[in-house]
Amino acid sequence: MRKLPEIDRTPNPAGHANSARGVAGNSAMHDSAWKHVRGEARYIDDMPEPEGVLHAAVGHSTHAHAKIKSMDLSAVRAFPGVVAVLTVDDVPGHIDIGPVFPGDPVLANGLVEHVGQPLFAVAATSLRAARQAARQAKVEYEPLDHAVTVHDALEKQLFVRPDHTQQRGDFEKALNESPHRLQGAINVGGQEHFYLESQACLVEPSEDAGVHVHTSSQHPSEVQTLVAEVLGLPIHEVTAEVRRMGGGFGGKETQAAPLACVAALLARHTGRAVKYRLARYDDMVQTGKRHDFYNTYDIGFDDDGVLQGADIMVAGRCGYSPDLSDAIVDRAMFHSDNAYSLGPARVTGHRCKTHTVSNTAFRGFGGPQGMMTIEMAMDDIARHLGQDPLDIRKRNLYRPGRDTTHYGQVVEQHVLAELMEKLEISADYRKRREEIVTFNRDNPVLKRGIALTPVKFGISFTVQHLNQAGALVHIYTDGSILVNHGGTEMGQGLYIKVAQVVAAAFQVDLERIKVTSTRTDKVPNTSPTAASSGSDLNGMAALDACEKIKANLADYAAQKFGVDASEVRFANNQVIAGEHAVDWAEFVQGAYTARIPLFSSGYYQTPKIHYDRNTGQGRPFYYYANGAACSEVIVDTLTGEYRILRSDILHDVGQSLNPAIDIGQIEGAFIQGAGWLTTEELVYADDGRLLSNGPATYKIPAVSDAPLDFRVSLLENSPNKEATVFRSKAVGEPPFMLGMSVWSALRDAVASVADYRHSTPLDTPATPERVLGAVTRTQEWLEQQRAKDTAHKGEKEGNRKGAPA
Amino acid sequence: MIEFYLNGRHQQLASVDPNLTVLEWLRTQARLTGTKEGCASGDCGACTVAIGSLEPSDQKSTGTGDRLRYDAVNSCIALVGSLHGKHLISVDGLQTEPAHPVQKEMVECHGAQCGFCTPGIIMSLFALHTESVATGKTSDDAALMESLSGNLCRCTGYRPIVEAGRKAAVQSWEPADGAEQKTSSSEIDLRGPAWLQHPDMIATLKQVQNKSVSITAESGRRYDAPNSLEQLRQLRAEFPEARLVAGATDLSLEITQLLRDLEHVIGVNNIPELQQIREQQDGLYLGAAASYRAAQHALASRWPHFHTMLERLGSLQIRNRGTVGGNIGNASPIGDMPPALIALGAELELDSVDGVRRLPIQDFFHDYKKTDLRKNEFIRGVWIPAPAADEQLLIYKISKRLDDDISAVLGAFWFRLDGAIVEDCRLAFGGMAAIPKRAAHAENALRGQPWTLSTVANAIAALDRDFTPMSDVRSSAAYRQQVAGNLLRRALLDSARSDFKPVQHHDQNQKKPLMVTEYA
Repeated sequence: MRKLPEIDRTPNPAGHANSARGVAGNSAMHDSAWKHVRGEARYIDDMPEPEGVLHAAVGHSTHAHAKIKSMDLSAVRAFPGVVAVLTVDDVPGHIDIGPVFPGDPVLANGLVEHVGQPLFAVAATSLRAARQAARQAKVEYEPLDHAVTVHDALEKQLFVRPDHTQQRGDFEKALNESPHRLQGAINVGGQEHFYLESQACLVEPSEDAGVHVHTSSQHPSEVQTLVAEVLGLPIHEVTAEVRRMGGGFGGKETQAAPLACVAALLARHTGRAVKYRLARYDDMVQTGKRHDFYNTYDIGFDDDGVLQGADIMVAGRCGYSPDLSDAIVDRAMFHSDNAYSLGPARVTGHRCKTHTVSNTAFRGFGGPQGMMTIEMAMDDIARHLGQDPLDIRKRNLYRPGRDTTHYGQVVEQHVLAELMEKLEISADYRKRREEIVTFNRDNPVLKRGIALTPVKFGISFTVQHLNQAGALVHIYTDGSILVNHGGTEMGQGLYIKVAQVVAAAFQVDLERIKVTSTRTDKVPNTSPTAASSGSDLNGMAALDACEKIKANLADYAAQKFGVDASEVRFANNQVIAGEHAVDWAEFVQGAYTARIPLFSSGYYQTPKIHYDRNTGQGRPFYYYANGAACSEVIVDTLTGEYRILRSDILHDVGQSLNPAIDIGQIEGAFIQGAGWLTTEELVYADDGRLLSNGPATYKIPAVSDAPLDFRVSLLENSPNKEATVFRSKAVGEPPFMLGMSVWSALRDAVASVADYRHSTPLDTPATPERVLGAVTRTQEWLEQQRAKDTAHKGEKEGNRKGAPA
Repeated sequence: MIEFYLNGRHQQLASVDPNLTVLEWLRTQARLTGTKEGCASGDCGACTVAIGSLEPSDQKSTGTGDRLRYDAVNSCIALVGSLHGKHLISVDGLQTEPAHPVQKEMVECHGAQCGFCTPGIIMSLFALHTESVATGKTSDDAALMESLSGNLCRCTGYRPIVEAGRKAAVQSWEPADGAEQKTSSSEIDLRGPAWLQHPDMIATLKQVQNKSVSITAESGRRYDAPNSLEQLRQLRAEFPEARLVAGATDLSLEITQLLRDLEHVIGVNNIPELQQIREQQDGLYLGAAASYRAAQHALASRWPHFHTMLERLGSLQIRNRGTVGGNIGNASPIGDMPPALIALGAELELDSVDGVRRLPIQDFFHDYKKTDLRKNEFIRGVWIPAPAADEQLLIYKISKRLDDDISAVLGAFWFRLDGAIVEDCRLAFGGMAAIPKRAAHAENALRGQPWTLSTVANAIAALDRDFTPMSDVRSSAAYRQQVAGNLLRRALLDSARSDFKPVQHHDQNQKKPLMVTEYA
């Protein structure tokens, strides 16, 4: 007979006598925290290398748009250390690896459409040799006409997908009848993900021509599928595995698969393991980024600044192929209202084709770019009416009676009015506003600005079928529990949150639970870990598995102890059946010997959601996550330099699964959002080359860029009204857009130059250069006004719009 | 033969390619993968390690020379040759019990999310902690922020990391109960702090440091590290094509970014004269291989504006390695230090087998990346005349980001005022031309004129004749021109204040420097 493990019978330590430790709701530390600080957490490049491993690199296109006339790879092949050189002709299966729509050849197929596009692949005995060899190719191009910017594409009418419109009500009539009407336009910059771990994978050949792919990917099932396709194999011959990523932020949703495909081709060709890790520079030129947008608005509003109607256009730079751009521009459209009822409105979205890298998912997925337009409009209304922008924002919030979005979804949970009110008080907004107005009056050079901006962000994939997840839960005979689910860990703490959910389900200590690497041979057909949905979907799937096991266990306990199954409780590392309380591990052993299944799969699909793309109406989101931030900045009007003096954030995560992890997400997202809008500037040359192609030229926030005074709180007593996992709310993306408060505060400081009477646009990123430009335009406006005032002196007095009250 | 210690263990490398970086050596040869590559260009800090160097015994602040000073360094752009005579500590060396306080606090403050930048952050905080323990001074927030200035984190927003650094700063690192120190010099016990200053290790390193290095790798590429000026002169004369390297913060980019294999590298870090910092009545002498970190105090105590500028020049990791001589030698059009030295009227000391010659630094730069340096010469040092009572130096660095960013424009202005009249001035700019350059027309507009807004307006107008800047990834030409002029306005505002010293505004809790000059 098989021996059962010995059970540790130490009673629960004092102080924890009444509950299991670390369950959902606790601020448990990240499951890899100690490994992180000891350098023991393994990323792809840290894994022990299989014997004979080869290293991959690709040759890059140097043209934005060109036919390849010839490619002489003899010097590449002859380079010392090179073992294999492959072109598109060597691909046994599919060539096109576009994730949703076609358009992405795994290696260039006679045509290049962006600088940095992979032309051929090299495997060599060292990484340096592979990279050096890849530079030896002689390629002849026949250049073709190219488009680089959104404006180029709009002018040339180049699009990767048809445009889409959402319309509700007679917006033209509403605009025409509004007491006030304003138009505006903004260029919203893109963003490089700059995950600290660049893209990487390690592919090992397995039996039957298959491969095992270790990948740093948010979407292992897509890696698996595309690798199978390029190799011409059934999907079951390929396994993709992800233990952790060194950051993802959306950049490893679709962009990891091309690497895996190239490495798999080389592995198949050579019969050896192949590692493919991008140098930072290669990662920056070769992989997609956040879309930059050009957006316009035409709005009508009443004397109180309340919107009466809107016509909004958003146009995103998709790059050369569709990738995820259809859904990204859709989300920009869905969020072009941010938190405000537009009234009758039309929103149009263009998917611009340019000869640049294909842009992709990035935290917020188009939502941030969409929101910027209406936030710009809020400030513009305030200046037009001579009122405080915060009052304009508050008056325009969705509320009962004004609760239907331009795409037909009814906003059901009205959290923001109360949340903003609380933040306004805790951040001492009104008093600081007064102090700032005084400061600005007294200081001709330094100007301060403040803004309080809300975020309402829709939670669910807008592609309906992605809103599903699976999980596996195993209980072993020592009472330890192994969990596997379809979500990936990129630092956001998904593994620990799901472990806490399982701990809560069984009411056992968190230490008993281990979440293992995500593998496509355990849970199949997984959705990407994206759209902030990781814990919503996988937490529920794991919970479903737990409930199934618990039902079996309860039946067993009921039978054993002669009670009704409904009287069986799981509490405090014990199973309690009537009078009987049995230690968890002992109970599990009993269940095992009584032949009760101790494992189960679990499954979840998000209810209630639907969207009809033909009508542009529906309920694409299960619920909305909410938050608000108040930021204060100081600007030097001689140089445009600035600092964030203070930021206060109040965010709604429902009933938090892990407050410490959630606060970490909020802080990190805010800084990343602020970076996007301030220092992170992607600069392209006219020929389509990315000039900001490394951390020396592309500046993500460093430690001194965080607010000098940074106060972050979670909204209390705000359980999700929808039945999410323990009534929590998604947290990954929504706080990213709190960074808009910094940009709006910069505009506020700039507007002070003309006593808040003029609202000049401030394109993003609002680098010191752009801020100085806005200051200069505002000063010029002021000069013109003074000239006019002098000319009309005596004719009329007053009628000035002064500083906000 | 290169000899050093790695995490308390003695290492000897007989044949090493001069292009091998410390990071690559750690990860692929020592097979220690705790240290990460984030950028391979010294810009992100994920690869940060601590390097212990024997403190020079003549340096008055530190005393005996029997102590290793640990500095945070970017291992991705440090060359293995530079480890000779050092103690390299990587995060793998901190897999000890008990955990180091910075590790414990990073865990407890939730300071790691994806964890990829974390080893580098641990090592930056470790170096800060170790130095503050050694000097008996608990690090303050300014030191903490400085120590983290070269570590990018994309996940956390830094708040929990700063908090962890604050909490760790006040804790000592006690060895576990019963830990014994091994006395073997080849393997120092890793339990507890004593191994950082193990006497056997220090004794060995002292001997090692006195040995010059000359290695030819299997590839035929060569690395030399002479330990005297005379050796360097001879090598320079014999191998004019060899590349001189001190901190390698710039040269390494050719290796890691352009993938060039340098054939012959001469390291100049083991020559005592080149490390010299001599503070004299009549001026300041900086040896060409003195690091920014080493020179910072001497510069800032004479010209306070250096304090702010040097805090923003690169990151602490870069300032620990980068040298004044290297910054001059590589002749960047921006290089923050050359404009400041031009404004101060500094002189270069150029050395060769033909003897020593002196040259005003403003004559050193001919054209983009072209200098007056002869093939057999090396920069030995720079001499900066002491400031007189009526002289002032104002330096302004303009960049997109506060920490670790290359300037769009750097303005360095030296004035001698006679009452309200500008008696003499030197206005030098970086980022405005192909070389760091003085604004001759603007200077003429100021000289002999009252120091007023209308004079400044004339000088700003004259700048149009001095410069035709370029547009590039950092800024547009128009912004550069506008800001260059506005910096003269700022100088006027600054100097109009009674104390005429740069002021860093601090928030109420004195936590972080504001870095927006409070002149208005």
